[in-house]
Amino acid sequence: MEYESVIGLEIHVELDTESKMFCSCSTRFGEAPNTQTCPVCLGMPGSLPVPNKKAVEYVIRTGLAIFCDISLFSQFHRKNYFYPDMPKNYQISQYDIPLCIDGHVDLEMEDYATTIGVTRIHLEEDTGKLLHIGGAGRIAGADYSQVDFNRAGVPLMEIVSEPDIRTPEEAKTYAQKIRAILVSLGVSDCNMDQGSMRVDANISLRPVGREEFGVKAELKNLNSFRSLQRGLAYEIERQTKALQSGEAIVQETRHWDETKNTTSTLRTKEYAHDYRYFPDPDLVPMEFDPEWIEGLRAELPELPDERRERYMKDFGLPAHDANLLVETKATGDFFEAAVALYSGDAKIMSNWILGDLTYYLNAENVEIDAGEVKPAHLVEMVDLIDDGTISGKIAKEIISEMFKTGKMPKAIVEEKGMTQISGQDEIAKIVDDVIAQNPDAVQEFHDGKERAFGFLVGQAMRLTKGRGNPQLINKLLKEKL
Amino acid sequence: MKLFELTIHELHEKLVSKEISAKELAESVFSRIDDVEERVKSYITVTRDEAFAKADEIDKKIASGERIGPLAGIPTAIKDVMNTEGIRTTCGSKILDNYIPVYTSTAVKNLLEEGIVMTGKTNMDEFAMGSSTENSGFFVTRNPWDLERVPGGSSGGSASVVAADEAIFSLGSDTGGSIRQPAALCGIVGMKPTYGLVSRFGLIAFASSLDQIGPFTKDVTDCAIVLNHLIGHDINDSTSVKIDKPDYTKALVNDLNGITIGVPKELMAEGIDPKIKAVIENALKLLEDNGAVVAETSLPNIEHSLSAYYIIAPAEASSNLARFDGVRYGYRVPDAEDLIDMYMRTRAEGFGDEVKRRIMLGTYALSAGYYDAYYGQAQKVRTLIMDDFNRAFADYDVLVSPTTPTTAFKIGEKVDDPLAMYLSDICTIPVNLAGLPGISVPCGTVDGLPVGLQVIGKTLGEEMMLRVAYSFEQSFGWSEKPKL
Repeated sequence: MEYESVIGLEIHVELDTESKMFCSCSTRFGEAPNTQTCPVCLGMPGSLPVPNKKAVEYVIRTGLAIFCDISLFSQFHRKNYFYPDMPKNYQISQYDIPLCIDGHVDLEMEDYATTIGVTRIHLEEDTGKLLHIGGAGRIAGADYSQVDFNRAGVPLMEIVSEPDIRTPEEAKTYAQKIRAILVSLGVSDCNMDQGSMRVDANISLRPVGREEFGVKAELKNLNSFRSLQRGLAYEIERQTKALQSGEAIVQETRHWDETKNTTSTLRTKEYAHDYRYFPDPDLVPMEFDPEWIEGLRAELPELPDERRERYMKDFGLPAHDANLLVETKATGDFFEAAVALYSGDAKIMSNWILGDLTYYLNAENVEIDAGEVKPAHLVEMVDLIDDGTISGKIAKEIISEMFKTGKMPKAIVEEKGMTQISGQDEIAKIVDDVIAQNPDAVQEFHDGKERAFGFLVGQAMRLTKGRGNPQLINKLLKEKL
Repeated sequence: MKLFELTIHELHEKLVSKEISAKELAESVFSRIDDVEERVKSYITVTRDEAFAKADEIDKKIASGERIGPLAGIPTAIKDVMNTEGIRTTCGSKILDNYIPVYTSTAVKNLLEEGIVMTGKTNMDEFAMGSSTENSGFFVTRNPWDLERVPGGSSGGSASVVAADEAIFSLGSDTGGSIRQPAALCGIVGMKPTYGLVSRFGLIAFASSLDQIGPFTKDVTDCAIVLNHLIGHDINDSTSVKIDKPDYTKALVNDLNGITIGVPKELMAEGIDPKIKAVIENALKLLEDNGAVVAETSLPNIEHSLSAYYIIAPAEASSNLARFDGVRYGYRVPDAEDLIDMYMRTRAEGFGDEVKRRIMLGTYALSAGYYDAYYGQAQKVRTLIMDDFNRAFADYDVLVSPTTPTTAFKIGEKVDDPLAMYLSDICTIPVNLAGLPGISVPCGTVDGLPVGLQVIGKTLGEEMMLRVAYSFEQSFGWSEKPKL
């Protein structure tokens, strides 16, 4: 039997506000443990929460950006459960009236388009962080545990999708799209390494053509887009095998292990909490003026979809390039800054950004706006190619050097003597040498083997240490052969 | 008369005229504490050194000619439910036996800034759950009128401390009657303001939607003076109301002409001791004699008050008290095997029976499948009760009733019968459910024990409520004191 996967994502995002959700402590990441705390976020007896209006505004802006209905009346509930990272042993969250409902996100996949519904967006407070000392680093078997409450009370937005996602690729694209939108809005940096964006996935399988959902598993610890995709792929495989061999799927929470490439049971349904939600009596319900909300809508910045359309229309970029460039706000900003400085075709700039530059950024795990290579570097380098000073091959070396040192391309070219050899006589001499030294290849060429020509060009480039003008080498080699 | 027997307004005049010093006043009150505390047992913590240091400060201000406010230098006791920075705050519970807060509650801070001399922290039912102070995790407080009887609760220590002259006034908290009921049983004035009028920041929560801080005083004038400095919007409390602060002492007008007073018949029905009813009827006659229009009215839904209260309050409490888990502060079982063992035994050993009973009640009421039938239903009843009060207040300026159905009962009399104990608050609970202000003023005795008259005001109707209470006090002329 053939199965179809049904996936829904819950994306938690820490909002980029100055202060925490219900107190005035700083939200800065990476400070010494428990230095950014007060009676409120430590759950000291008698302390009371006061909502952060900016956080509420951020959630509403997010809702507007993904076409949600905004609740004009909303309230906070208490979600009750015991855990040492929860100062009050309840989390202030939202329950039946979240700030935003019924939105959607359009996805451009490689060869089709689809739409993922967003059920709701709600606002809550983050928990503290536990550090387990001894044992396997998990709470079970630890000698003792420490708690850092710096993160406790940081505003946390939860975006819950409909079960509209059908493949791990769609899940990844959806999550990336959400990130691009949130970064464009400036509501979060969505840094998955630092945990400011966390994705949980619900996944079940059903026979193709059936309406009802199968039994689902919830995947946790998906700490990157790659983990999200791979974790889901693993889970589809696991559930498919189980179903095919007649096993029942158990409703449970599973942990993705990045190093082992597998998921394993974290807890089953019997351990599901009864959260005993009830309206938080310490907080008054929120009511919003529709005019205020319309004002927020009018002030929304350009969002990735609009940007993509503009890149295709104004710069003539293919959809593939435009999609990738708007994936993060910083990439789009880099591209636009470069195009503004460059007089040539925007597609060339796009190629360099999405090709070599992205390669180095990924390899070194550096964000595009944090790297040494600025738009001015890239434009100067492409100008050097355009005026024939360097070859494309040399340019690749220059990017590597710029990436390491931040030096401008002209300086690198001069320092290393990387200018292109375009002298007719100089190249002619090298071509002669190549022909003389490679009689076998020459013979193969004459026997009609095209590959041999490529080999000879390569030899010429090797002799010029990559600085030879490739067009000239081609031309002279053809003539002389 | 001894200094400790006087009121705030009498002592303020003596301090300002330099007839006495704040130090002499503190000495007088502490000598009284030395004399009677062993028998009454009002205080969990006495802060003698801090008190004398503060009295010194006030004396220096007076000596330097600085103007002092009406509360400056006044020895004041605080219910141990309010956080006081650097001073042990137990909430009457073993689980907070060793707890030293890092901040001071807004209400106490407001008074400290006005110059009160804090004498200590008073005994209470654990987490303010109870009507007799017998549920304290430490000891039982005695009623100064009869040491074999309870002072009421949960603010029993704050009531007995004023009745026994161990402080000039005190602060308590009232969730279902915890100020008014002990005030009535101890023969003093106790007042619960409109919900939201006094900041709850720093008040250790029992039931957040019902809790309110208020004063215990020797007369209504003192009550108005304290209230003036207790209230005000607090940015740290989202439920605190924003109003222009009135001067409540201006409301103290001895004139009831044309004032309409409703008497809810449900609060004069069976369950109220006939002797108490007789005392209240005399009080009503006195009000009428002074020009008030007194008539019977009805609050048909308040018969459900107790049922609704014992769902809503425990539900909120079950969540509010979850933070006492041994992780960050307070008692932690020393030899826990693992996390669950630490949680369970810390709470089993740290909490008393009544607290556990209410946590279980509340947890049950909020559980999946029961929420609508219990918590949801109770909230609907609460709305009906509010509607009843609103209808009554369309016709009357204030409502009056007995504060309690009986006078102070014997220690141990009701400890094994929680339902009988819960009935002690039958007249006061509806007022909390509706968020209204209420005050208890002494209106006589039954068998030598004091009886309280409850005056209930409209939302933010403290001024009219105080005017009626003041006028009654002036014409009734209460001057009895317990003999200690």
